[in-house]
This record gives sequence, C-alpha cells and structure tokens, in this order.
Amino acid sequence: MQPIYLDNNATTACDPAVVDAMLPYFTEQFGNASSMHSFGNKVAQGLKEARVAVQRLLGAEFDSEIIFTSCGTESDSTAILSALRAQPERNQIITTAVEHPAILALCEHLEKEGTVVHRLSVDKKGRLDLDEYKSLLSPRTAIVSAMWANNETGTLFPVEEMAAMARVVGAMFHTDAVQAAGKVPIDLRSSKIDMLSLSGHKLHAPKGIGVLYLRRNTRFRPLLRGGHQERGRRAGTENSASIAGLGKAAELALEHLAFENTEVRRLRDRLETGILAQVPHAFVTGDPANRLPNTANIAFEYVEGEAILLLLNQQGIAASSGSACTSGSLEPSHVMRAMGIPYTAAHGTIRFSLSRYNSEAEIDRVVEAVPPIIARLRKLSPYWNEAAPAKDEIGAFVPAYG
Amino acid sequence: MWDYTEKVREHFFNPRNAGPLEGANAVGDVGSIQCGDALRLMLKVNPEDERILEAHFQTFGCGSAIASSSALTEMVKGMTLDEALQVSNQQIADYLDGLPPEKMHCSVMGREALHAAIADYRGETWVDDHEEGAMVCKCFAVDSALIEEVVRANNLTTVEQVTHYTKAGGGCCSCHEGIEEILANVSAERCTAPMPPAAIPVTEAPAAAKPRLTNFQRMRRIEETIEAIRPMLQRDHGDIEVVEIDGKNIYVNLKGACQGCMMEQATLSGIQAQLVDALGEFVQLLPAAMLAMPGRR
Repeated sequence: MQPIYLDNNATTACDPAVVDAMLPYFTEQFGNASSMHSFGNKVAQGLKEARVAVQRLLGAEFDSEIIFTSCGTESDSTAILSALRAQPERNQIITTAVEHPAILALCEHLEKEGTVVHRLSVDKKGRLDLDEYKSLLSPRTAIVSAMWANNETGTLFPVEEMAAMARVVGAMFHTDAVQAAGKVPIDLRSSKIDMLSLSGHKLHAPKGIGVLYLRRNTRFRPLLRGGHQERGRRAGTENSASIAGLGKAAELALEHLAFENTEVRRLRDRLETGILAQVPHAFVTGDPANRLPNTANIAFEYVEGEAILLLLNQQGIAASSGSACTSGSLEPSHVMRAMGIPYTAAHGTIRFSLSRYNSEAEIDRVVEAVPPIIARLRKLSPYWNEAAPAKDEIGAFVPAYG
Repeated sequence: MWDYTEKVREHFFNPRNAGPLEGANAVGDVGSIQCGDALRLMLKVNPEDERILEAHFQTFGCGSAIASSSALTEMVKGMTLDEALQVSNQQIADYLDGLPPEKMHCSVMGREALHAAIADYRGETWVDDHEEGAMVCKCFAVDSALIEEVVRANNLTTVEQVTHYTKAGGGCCSCHEGIEEILANVSAERCTAPMPPAAIPVTEAPAAAKPRLTNFQRMRRIEETIEAIRPMLQRDHGDIEVVEIDGKNIYVNLKGACQGCMMEQATLSGIQAQLVDALGEFVQLLPAAMLAMPGRR
C-alpha cells in the first residue's frame, strides 16, 4: 500500500528537479563563493541565479533584497530583532495571537526584557479586527508582524492592507509568508511590506534554507556578524547546495501557482466535502472562503486527534493534529483556542495539507478511510453515546475535575 | 511520532473491554476535556467478597490514554477492591512496557479512575488532588507543578537545589532555563517584607480600661496607625490604603509588591495586631476585594 502524504504544511518532499540542481554542489561545485579562483566563481554564479528565482517568486524589485538564511525561524528572529535594534526610539511590537511559535515565543521573550507586545485577537473564523489593529498603531510601534497565511487553518490575513496602515505611522511591517509563498500570488514591489520570511522546505526545497526579504532602504541590523556574505547582512559561508535547490524550487513554484489554485484546490475541496458528507459533528475551522488552496482543517468533535492520527497512520495516511497530546503539551493548539473552538472539538482537529503531488485516487482513499476511524473512536469515547453526543442524555459524562 | 512500545500500540489498536458495561455497580469518571483526556471506568463488583468480576472503560484521549485504560481493565479483573487500591500508576505503565515521560499522566488517570470507581461503590466521595503542569524535565518526567510546589515548600533558590529535590534538570540540562524561570517567578511572588516592630508601644493599662473612642477619633486612630506602617511597606515596593471601615471590619487594599504576594495574609494579620493594640478593641483587617463578595462574610 502506497503511503499518502497530506502533511505538506509541516514539510514537503524535495522535487526531483531540485535534487538534481543541488547535486553538483556536493561534488564539482564545492568551492566557496567568496574565493577568487574558478572553483568559487561558478558557485557565485549559481547563487546569483537562485537569488533571481526567489526575487521573481516574491515579486521583489531588486535581487539584492533577497537574503538567504538557514530557515524561516531565523528570518523571523532577524526581522523582529533588527527592527527593535535599528529603531531604539520605538519599543512596541504588534503581532497576532495565532502566529507561529517562531514569532510568539520570541515576542514572549522580548516582553520579559521590556518590549511592549500587542497580540491581535481573532474571531471564531480566525479573522483579525482591523479597527483594533489601527487603534494599536502608534509612533512607538517598531514593527508589525502578521503571518500571510496561518499554518493550521490556512486562513489568509490582509497583510498588504495592514502593511500600508503600518507605513502611515512609520512602523516597519514584517510578514511570515512561510505557508503562503508558492501557494498565493505575491508581488512585494507593489506592496508596503518591508520584510518577509520564507522557508525552503515548505515549497519542495530542502530543509535548512530560508529567505528574509528586506526592502531596499529599510534600516537593518544583522543577527549574525562576521563575514561579508549577503552584503554583510547575514554572515556565514553560503549553503550553496541548498540555495541552488531553493532557486529551482522557487522557479517550479511560480510555474505551478495556477495549478495550486485550481487542481490542488479542487482536490482539497473534494476531500473536505467527501469527509463532511459522511461524518456528523465535524466542521471546518478557520475561514473557508479565504484560505490557502491546499489546507483543510477539520474538527471532529468528541474524539482526540492523536488517536485519529495513529489510526490513519496504520493505513499509511499522514496528516497532523492540533490536539494537546500530539505535542506533549497540556492544551490544544493556540490557534484553535484563539478562535474559541470548544475543547471537545479543538482536541479533535486534523489538518490535511495537500501538495501538487497528490492525486485524486489518494484523496478518494482518504475520504473512504476517515469516517470508520472517527466512528470507531467515538464508540470508545465517554462523550459519545450510540450515534450522538452524550451531553443531552441523562447521566451525561461529568468527570471529577475539569 | 511518539516512541510507543509494542504493548502500547497493541492495546491501542485492539483495546480490551472497551464500551459500556451492563450492570456496573462501581463507576469512576475522571479527566478533563481541557487536557484532552477523560476516562470512565466501569466495574462489576461481587458484593460477597468485593472481587472485581468485570471491568470496562470508555476513554476520550490519545493512544496512550486508550492503551492505559485497556491495560487497567485487564490488570484489575479478579482483584478484590483492596488489592485494586494498591495498583500504582507505575504498575500500569510497567504493564505496557513503559510510557513516554509526557504520557505518564495517562497512567495516573487510570489509577485515579480506579480510586473514583471504588469510592463510588463504597458510597464515598473521591476528591481529586490532581495538579499537573507542563513537562519541564523530559529526562526524569518532572512537570512545572511539582517543581513549583517543591520550590515553595523548601524555599529553593538554585537549579542545583531543584535537581537535588526532584531530579529535574539532572539529565541533559536543556531544561535549566525553564527551571530558572520557575525559580524567578516564585521568588517574585514571595514578598520578603519584614513585619515592622510594634510602631505604637503597648500601653500598660488593660484594654478594657481605655475610654471609648468616638467614631471620628476611632477613624483617626486607624488612619494614624496605618500611616505609621506604610513607610515600611513602601520600602519593599508595596503599599496599603484603607477603603472602608464597617464596625469591626476594616477593608484595605494592598498595593504594589504586596499585591498578590504569598505573604499577603501574614502582612494583613501583622497590621491587624497593631490596630487591635492601638484601638484597644478587636478589629478584623480584610482585603477590599471582599467588599464585592457579600456572601463571603
């Protein structure tokens, strides 16, 4: 039985063409791009081509606005720390309650050191209130950081509009576009976005390579010093093989952008409607009308996510969950809690995230596999009685602590 | 993916004794939907010899929660209630050839359900003393609730001490930042303000012999006494203000560092003692928050 991979928001498989583009850099193209001899020269040429490919994917005006980093997290940290250090007169950050931990954990840490952090709340569909946002913007705002697309639900934020609003008060605007890049059109040159994070392994490039887009004329302080690489903005010998791989992946992502928004979207919708038609007490989380084309996050009430994943895995199907148990934490995902999803449902959220490599046959197999798994676990659940939740019945389950 | 043992997988994929039990005469419900674990344990107990004839479970939870429940039902079948009470959560985990440290609470939940069911059978009320925090030390499975409790109880101030008391931090050391954070939080809560020495000398005459104060004089006296104490609280970045005087009840607000301090009660009773001395009558010092709780006193 061929395994089915529906966890592409976690990471993606390297495209074979990406691997091919990388291989020479492990053998004949091993030189250091900074060297004067021909060993280095060709590598420098390869980096330049990759930079242009990423520039095109992001619609950046100049290729020098692309800085290669080691991952999305490094890009996020660099952006926020730079904004604070470059503008000592501003000490406030505005972000959202549903950001990736790469942003939230950093903000929490900075808060302990005296930075003021505002976290925008979201409604039950995961949408921001732009009036609340506007009221928090001030001349003390150093940077606004809002994700382009949410990794759990795929919900899109109006980052271009938010960036324009930040510009009015002179604040920098950063967006974590790790999930959005390659799935929605991005044209940075026509926006007011100052910084953007991208991660290679989310778009079929290898792990360990990321990008920070830095608009020309944005005040900047590097995270890593000690070399002239990336024009002194990110020291350290370039990860040339991965950069070449990312260049190829960016090129392919741009080519497949329309495919993502037609065919991948069609398969995602097929999966979602197929499951919801068969499973009662299940619903889509986030904003279904405004989200990434590849993501379906479904909450199955009265069952727990890890148990669902284990049973899916038994049939070779890979997905992920926002339940507490999958992460070893005590509470379900912060995104589900921010949206006010009840605990009975939040623990049973399953994220299916597709890629351009998924087929209709695979989707049909998943649609067939999911309903019996949910039924089986509900049969075990004290919150479930025969064919309905137990809450309305006499003797409903009320445990001793909660 | 969790590193589950074969036995855990086996009990998860083929749970024993799952589903409701007809004629159960001992039922224990524990867990919380918030943490994502809840378990109903149903036992059929023979009243003659208190032996467990049958055991079933229903569980909302992850793989190890379901496996622990299944294992528990297998283990207790045939035991007397007294024997079953001896089953520890470690035994449940051992039955499954071990659980990952983050999942040990699943076996704890099993043991608690057992105690709750037996209490139900005996007509007793089972009280849960369950407190659980986020996993801090993964090497020795120590959570934040335990570390906090031990730090408070023993006035610990260093990571080394925490390691000696709980083993937390004694392995790979990667949780030391987390332990330091707990230490910092607890010490911030602990107000070390020394109680001021009696600001007003105790008069020789017995209290009963004092002339009765008018309402105005009494109010002034209370204010003067509080004013004398304030500088000492302020030195520790705290403060106090009188909000209301209602007969023998004096409502005050503790401010600054005193607010929410672990020693709040001690601070209040120290000040109260001085007021009793100054006024020559019994008064009670209460936090102003109690004004909003008419039912409390």
